[in-house]
Amino acid sequence: MNCQAKFVFTDDFMRYKFRDDHPFNQLRVTMTKDLLEKEKVLGKENILEPRKATEEELKLFHSPKYVEAVKRASEEGLSEDEGLEYGIGTEDTPMFKGMHDASSLLVGSTLSAIDAVLDGKTEHALNLGGGLHHGFERKASGFCIYNDGAVGIKYIREKTNYKVLYVDTDAHHGDGVQWAFYDDPNVCTFSIHETGRYLFPGTGNVNERGLKEGYGYSFNLPIDAFTEDESFIELYEYAFKEIVEYFKPDIIITQNGADAHYLDPLTHLCSTIKIYEQIPKIAHDLAHEFCEGRWVALGGGGYDIWRVVPRAWAQIWKVMVTGTPFSGALPEDWITKWQEHSPVVLPGVWNDPPHPYKEIPRKQEITEKNKKILQNCMQFIHNQKNFDSTT
Amino acid sequence: MLVEEVMKTEVITLTPSEPIETALKLLNEHHIRHIPIVDSSNCVIGIVSDRDVRDASPSILDAPSDGSQLKKPIQSVMTSPVISVHPLDFVEEVTSIFYEHEIACVPVMKNEQLVGIITEKDMLHTLIQLTGTHVQSSQIEIKVINKPGMLPQVMQVFGRRKVNISSVLIYPYKPDSQYKIIVIRIQTMNPLPTIEDLREAGYEVLWPKMPGMTS
Repeated sequence: MNCQAKFVFTDDFMRYKFRDDHPFNQLRVTMTKDLLEKEKVLGKENILEPRKATEEELKLFHSPKYVEAVKRASEEGLSEDEGLEYGIGTEDTPMFKGMHDASSLLVGSTLSAIDAVLDGKTEHALNLGGGLHHGFERKASGFCIYNDGAVGIKYIREKTNYKVLYVDTDAHHGDGVQWAFYDDPNVCTFSIHETGRYLFPGTGNVNERGLKEGYGYSFNLPIDAFTEDESFIELYEYAFKEIVEYFKPDIIITQNGADAHYLDPLTHLCSTIKIYEQIPKIAHDLAHEFCEGRWVALGGGGYDIWRVVPRAWAQIWKVMVTGTPFSGALPEDWITKWQEHSPVVLPGVWNDPPHPYKEIPRKQEITEKNKKILQNCMQFIHNQKNFDSTT
Repeated sequence: MLVEEVMKTEVITLTPSEPIETALKLLNEHHIRHIPIVDSSNCVIGIVSDRDVRDASPSILDAPSDGSQLKKPIQSVMTSPVISVHPLDFVEEVTSIFYEHEIACVPVMKNEQLVGIITEKDMLHTLIQLTGTHVQSSQIEIKVINKPGMLPQVMQVFGRRKVNISSVLIYPYKPDSQYKIIVIRIQTMNPLPTIEDLREAGYEVLWPKMPGMTS
């Protein structure tokens, strides 16, 4: 299977940079692009130059006051106290010069990806510069200033009458996007993430199902810390299929954070690169089956930018255009190029080694708990089905 | 935290002579479980719960009845006297009252007048606020020796980082009473620098565990 797809990229993604030692590092996108080029699956004809989002577009989701504050922070004209009110100037999202432009570009890159798919120029589009799912209407948080996913979905709803399914596989709960459409029955959000008991942001419970008309259009699977591949994929695949059948979307937006990997420093899940082969594969299949192929994939978290993110993200593109993931050795010239910048030894192959971490003693208990979560989350759809079949 | 900050001020009440069926209707309509009974000067003289009312209703297992029981005045089934609290009482005291008397609701009285109501649900809401789990945050658990001065020492470590604390809880460490657990929720997605600081300062961080570590 060969599909048309666009890869949104500009070197200016790198301008979204808080500090040298900040975990959020857009070098990941450049490394991924380089890896795909060296694998010869990404050419100039695939690249889509992004545009900047206009202020009007930002305000589809963000409050004008907040946009104003970010602009002032950009020019170093926002005091510390003023900043804190908007979540700017914290350790997570420090102020930096030009932050408004850099953030508008990330939103614009998601809009460019959406435009390409809506205009029918391409079936799929990948924007690894986006996926900043923690941004709130009037608050920056969790490394996110503007929420490109939320703005993008508002934009789709403005331009079309498409029903939008948002699927978030970042290890952190996709809270910003969820709350943005919590009472909207035309936008369904689905997030699978590590339980919020310890991990930021703490929300994403099964019982967060939406509000008013939007009730039943928000799905959450908070999985246990130390969850491994099989359990993750089992839950994701089952829930995703059920939700697509129930909601019948016209377009799928995925947020592809790559921080559920066992090497990720910020989270406590234990998956390997295997889930990053399956995540795009299932999204790809379902987009073709239900949405005439309309699928926009975004980046997101991912804090082991050397050993994990480039491999995980390259698989999204590979699956998008060919339907199958990479395997075997990584291109040697890629390893040589990036090894000198990396503080850790880069992997030599696409797959992770067998048994890469110490055995998880509570594996069975974790698997069982996750199954319960899945049942609980799907109960709503199952009830609906029973109801429909009896009436 | 004071009762007046937590209580609901819109209270659904009945007068003693109204029939039981009115109470049944109000309980169902408003999804509530308690109704204070007040006299003409708005002083609480009794209270009925959904169970009091159901006990007075005909059983669904019996032969259909004419419902005459439900025409009786509510004062025939109300509980009296009523345990009440003052708006300036502490919510902690309300918790103790609920626990000791095994009840789930108290009217709030001021100058012999009903001014509000507090239920179990309001207390659980308060508990959620206290734990700080309703706002974006990461949780860190630290095991410390149970002696004076530990909390300020730990807090100093947090103070050095520009990170807002949304809640602090302290509870006993069950396996060994010489220790306590401090649970802190901080508003950051990246607790690693703070955890490193804590470890460097010699504290035992029970959670989060480092990647690759198992419980």
